[in-house]
Amino acid sequence: MITEPTAQPADRPPVLEMRRITKRYPGVLANDGIDLDVRAGEIHALLGENGAGKSTLMNILYGLTTPDSGEILMNGAPVTINGPADAIRRGISMVHQHFMLVPVLTVAENILLGDEPMANRIFLDRGAAHDRIRELSRFFGTELDPDVKVGSLSVGWQQRVEILKALYREAKILVLDEPTAVLTPQETREVFTVLRRLTTALGTSIVFISHKLYEVLDIADRITVIRRGKVVGSRIPSETDEDDLAEMMVGREVQLTVDRGESHPGRPLLSVTGLNAKDDRGHVVVHDLDFEVRAGEIFGIAGVAGNGQDELVGALTGLRRPTSGRVVLDGRDVTGASPRGLHDAGVGFVPGDRHRFGLVLTFPLTDNLVLNDYYHPPYATGLRRNDGAVTAYAEQAIAEYDIRTPSATVSASTLSGGNQQKVIVAREFDGDLSLLVLDQPTRGLDVGSIEFIHRQAIRRRDSGVAIVLVSAELDEVLELSDRIGVMFRGRIVAVLDGRTADREEIGLLMATGGRDSGIQPQIVEQAS
Amino acid sequence: MNAIGPALRRVRDVALLPTIAILLALLFGAVLMILSSPLVKGFDPTLPLTSYRALVVGAFGSTTGLVNTVVSAAPIVLAGLAVGIGFKAGLFNIGAQGQFLMGAVASTMVAITLNDSPAVVAIPLSLVGGLIGGLAWGFVPGFLKAWTGAHEVVTTIMLNYIAIYVVAYIISGPLRGEHVTFARTDTILAGALPVILGHDGHIGILLVALIVPAAWWLLFRSTIGFEIRTVGANPDAARYAGMRPRWITVFTMSLCGMLAGLAGAMDILGQVHYMPASFSTSVGFDGIAVALIGRAHPVGILFAGLLFGAMQAGAGLMQIQAGVPVQMVSVLQAVILFFLAAELIVRRVVRVRTPSAGVTELSTVSRTYGEQTGL
Amino acid sequence: MEGLYGIPVIGWLIQLVVYVIVQLPLIAPTVVAAATPITLGALCGLMNERSGVVNIGIEGMMLTAAFVAWWTASLTAQLLPVTGGPLGITPALAIGLIAAILAAMAVSALHAWLSISVRADQIISGTIINIFAVGITSYLNLLISPHSPPSAGSFDDIGLPGFVTGTPILGGLVKAFLGAGPLVLVMLISVVGLQVLLFRSRWGLRTRAVGEHPRAAETVGIDVIRMRYRNVILGGVFAGLAGAYLTIDFGDSFQGEMTQGTGFIALAALIFGRWTPIGSLGAALLFTFSTGLYRSIQFAPPEGALGDVLAAVPSQIYGALPYLITIIVLAGVVGRSLAPAAVGRPYERESKTA
Repeated sequence: MITEPTAQPADRPPVLEMRRITKRYPGVLANDGIDLDVRAGEIHALLGENGAGKSTLMNILYGLTTPDSGEILMNGAPVTINGPADAIRRGISMVHQHFMLVPVLTVAENILLGDEPMANRIFLDRGAAHDRIRELSRFFGTELDPDVKVGSLSVGWQQRVEILKALYREAKILVLDEPTAVLTPQETREVFTVLRRLTTALGTSIVFISHKLYEVLDIADRITVIRRGKVVGSRIPSETDEDDLAEMMVGREVQLTVDRGESHPGRPLLSVTGLNAKDDRGHVVVHDLDFEVRAGEIFGIAGVAGNGQDELVGALTGLRRPTSGRVVLDGRDVTGASPRGLHDAGVGFVPGDRHRFGLVLTFPLTDNLVLNDYYHPPYATGLRRNDGAVTAYAEQAIAEYDIRTPSATVSASTLSGGNQQKVIVAREFDGDLSLLVLDQPTRGLDVGSIEFIHRQAIRRRDSGVAIVLVSAELDEVLELSDRIGVMFRGRIVAVLDGRTADREEIGLLMATGGRDSGIQPQIVEQAS
Repeated sequence: MNAIGPALRRVRDVALLPTIAILLALLFGAVLMILSSPLVKGFDPTLPLTSYRALVVGAFGSTTGLVNTVVSAAPIVLAGLAVGIGFKAGLFNIGAQGQFLMGAVASTMVAITLNDSPAVVAIPLSLVGGLIGGLAWGFVPGFLKAWTGAHEVVTTIMLNYIAIYVVAYIISGPLRGEHVTFARTDTILAGALPVILGHDGHIGILLVALIVPAAWWLLFRSTIGFEIRTVGANPDAARYAGMRPRWITVFTMSLCGMLAGLAGAMDILGQVHYMPASFSTSVGFDGIAVALIGRAHPVGILFAGLLFGAMQAGAGLMQIQAGVPVQMVSVLQAVILFFLAAELIVRRVVRVRTPSAGVTELSTVSRTYGEQTGL
Repeated sequence: MEGLYGIPVIGWLIQLVVYVIVQLPLIAPTVVAAATPITLGALCGLMNERSGVVNIGIEGMMLTAAFVAWWTASLTAQLLPVTGGPLGITPALAIGLIAAILAAMAVSALHAWLSISVRADQIISGTIINIFAVGITSYLNLLISPHSPPSAGSFDDIGLPGFVTGTPILGGLVKAFLGAGPLVLVMLISVVGLQVLLFRSRWGLRTRAVGEHPRAAETVGIDVIRMRYRNVILGGVFAGLAGAYLTIDFGDSFQGEMTQGTGFIALAALIFGRWTPIGSLGAALLFTFSTGLYRSIQFAPPEGALGDVLAAVPSQIYGALPYLITIIVLAGVVGRSLAPAAVGRPYERESKTA
């Protein structure tokens, strides 16, 4: 499948060296004397937790940010990179985690942008450009129509367009920032094949940023681990394992699985039957869903992002009205109830996008902690708000949930990501609950906060709450769930026991839905 | 520095930048007057002194001047609230002008109809007419924003012009007076607001004095105000928290429309006492300036409105005594806004370290301009 | 029932169409004249919004330019010979035109600075420009009006050969567009030129990218800030032409607040025209057609019941129609009109978070 390179990359000279790179932001030392070297034709993984400083380092390499000190050498000679244009000219290309594509422009326009072939001084030469793109796209084994609008491509193909941008610019060094976060395991494999082929056929050097241990072990020739802005060490995959890398990444021995204890599921609290829901474009993306969650049980939902999980969560929490089906909570039909109705019925909800939904960043913690309880006693009498009661509750919650903050009146935007999430957890985990919906509850957090939130989830499970856990991190689902439902194209294709489920088996179900023919289509739909 | 208490420090923090902006604007105005003085009589470097003195004397130098200041300020404060409360909900109500006109014409319609009734009937009903006229012009953009995503900046601009045509039609057509030389209504008699202060000080100023604290309470002490501010800061979080952003958008725009409409009613019933077909006013746009200078806070709007009222009241004397056209006031207003908008630069130059003087909810306004999706 | 109402309505429609076709050559000159500043203003807005900057200050830019064109031309007319070249282009008028363009570019530069560098709210920046323009032009106009210099005149129409203008209906239309004067011609060339450039040139591609997704543009090496500055300031050229058109081409004098909302109709035309030059021209013509039709109905109403009905419609409806249409379009009742995605958002170059 993949041809082994003839000479080991380790023997080759470095094409890129970053030396003692330091970058300070207000309150954070993002990069603290980082050294990194990349050899020709090498895949070099940069491994670290969220916020460890990986993206800052790459933004410096790409000229998006200037370092406070340190130097960059290419092929042994020092260079300064004053902006993306500079980086591109020196053969550096970057595929950002959030794609840098203009949805309303075509594939060709996106690829050419910034480096356009000209028919004369003013007008573009479309013919030549299109031929070149067709030719380059054969690299992926399929020809890509240059005139398709990028917004109508699937995520996997959008990423290929990003890689095509690099190929078009004849990049010598390609940086990929968390490239697999949005891909199915199958798409991930395909991307890995392409990356391998790039290094062998074109001699491209690749910097692969990730926080997923098994991935870097799979793809990298060398792994450099950074933690809190510093390089902790470098490893070769054959000489390390997941435990070793995890310890380097976090700084202490990490139990890759938390002690979740025994669960004692009681009577069914949530029962969903025949649930259908549409996405924002009006396509049905949740199909005839049936499942039950019992008191004192965590029901995990595994699946590649975009298989209807967001819409399911929306339907369970009142943000989205189901098109048909029934949601029964503790014997009460709550189908299509409003967010407030569900909240009053004892549903807690930790939303997936905490900045968009979970918090009002400009508001003080006090207001954020009563964001959905502000209207009733003791926090309000009629139309009048009772500031005293709000502050008293906030101070209690801050103490109880260990929220690190100078006071209850600072705005939520001043807190770290982990503490922001604790504010949401404090608000949503509190009180008489029958159901907790946790959507990506630990996304982007440091390991300490993750552990805290996992412990809280188990605490509420043991107090008899039914918990639905949706996460793109399969490891998280495996760690916490008593039962795991695998979601594929809007359906739960299998329900497995959380303690005996096999990672590979779930991965296969996530990718194919249990059938072998589950190849992803090229173009999801033609949006006009 | 340590002597001043926290309350005073807060006042200083919020008032410092606007004050600097006002002073810089006066400086700019002085330079402009000196530079343009040759156009009239020849170079006169003392012209700013003469004209600013006249402006101050005209606004504060006599009881009449003071009353004029307050009377001019009253509708401007209301229009400022009509814009400022919108800001709090993340809405840019450029339509205060149109809402003002609709309030004016609606109250005129009621007042003319009730011209023979007793004042106790005519006055409240005419004011209610103004509220309803403004409400209509506020509800429409609120509804369109909430349910279709049509951005209120564009729809309210369009409604401002539609209001001009509606007024022209009503006044030159069905409501045209009988013994008038140009297109205007008859004089309002029963609906005219009673004078309680000096020559022109009508009872409307009392109404404004009650509305300002009420607006403050609504915004900062009530659950509705919390909902308004939440929608303004983060509409998605508001929906998540069980609020209804669509209804709040419609409610807020309607409320803003009513405030601007009341301003229009007050102007007609309290001061002009008739309505012409082309009613020349800038109160709605003054409202934008006042809301920005007052940082969308009712108390700030009150002070900014009084400042604008004073400039209006004093401008006449300035034109008479110094020969400086009243339009200088618009120039000053624009320049104040300019220095507030460029506060980052001002702050660097004069080295003040107070918190931003901006209206944070404005980022919600401009973020949605390109999206134009419903809530 | 349907039959009873259906027949006269269809008959009226046919009569109306015939009436419009016959009247078209007569109303075309006023329609084109009114549409010219609107279209030019819309092109100014297009240059801004396509690169991601909202501009509600078109009105103020036009007003400033109108005043500067008239004042400069009047002053220079006293110093320079008033005998003109072709199309009535005297040195004074040419200088007035250039001054108007420079003035509008200066105001645009202010808008660019506030919106791009200072990152002030772009809607506020536009509001400031509008208030300031009204104040300063009226202020200066009042100061100079007692001993106002005589007007410098205006540009002439373009003489077209008789065989062209003589053609029935079509001749009148051609004359209205091509024979109206130099600035109308400039407007038409600008519309076509910008349309081609926007969708076929490198500048156009980069402008659209910057207006839709500035960060993506920056990552491929495009200088977003410079691109926005350049386009916003160049947009001032069109606002300058629009203002000059009012005081030294269509008219030859200045009055305070004379733009009377033209800049806002321009904004409406831009939206209705879906942010394209040709669409904006079409929208402007449609908007001004409604007022042109009203004049025509006053002057020579169609015969019979249709004439009675049309004449009974208040004139204000025709005036309010452009604004009403724009609201309806924005509300998505007849298709959606989508703004460039990044419009209104200040661009911050450096990524602040790790």
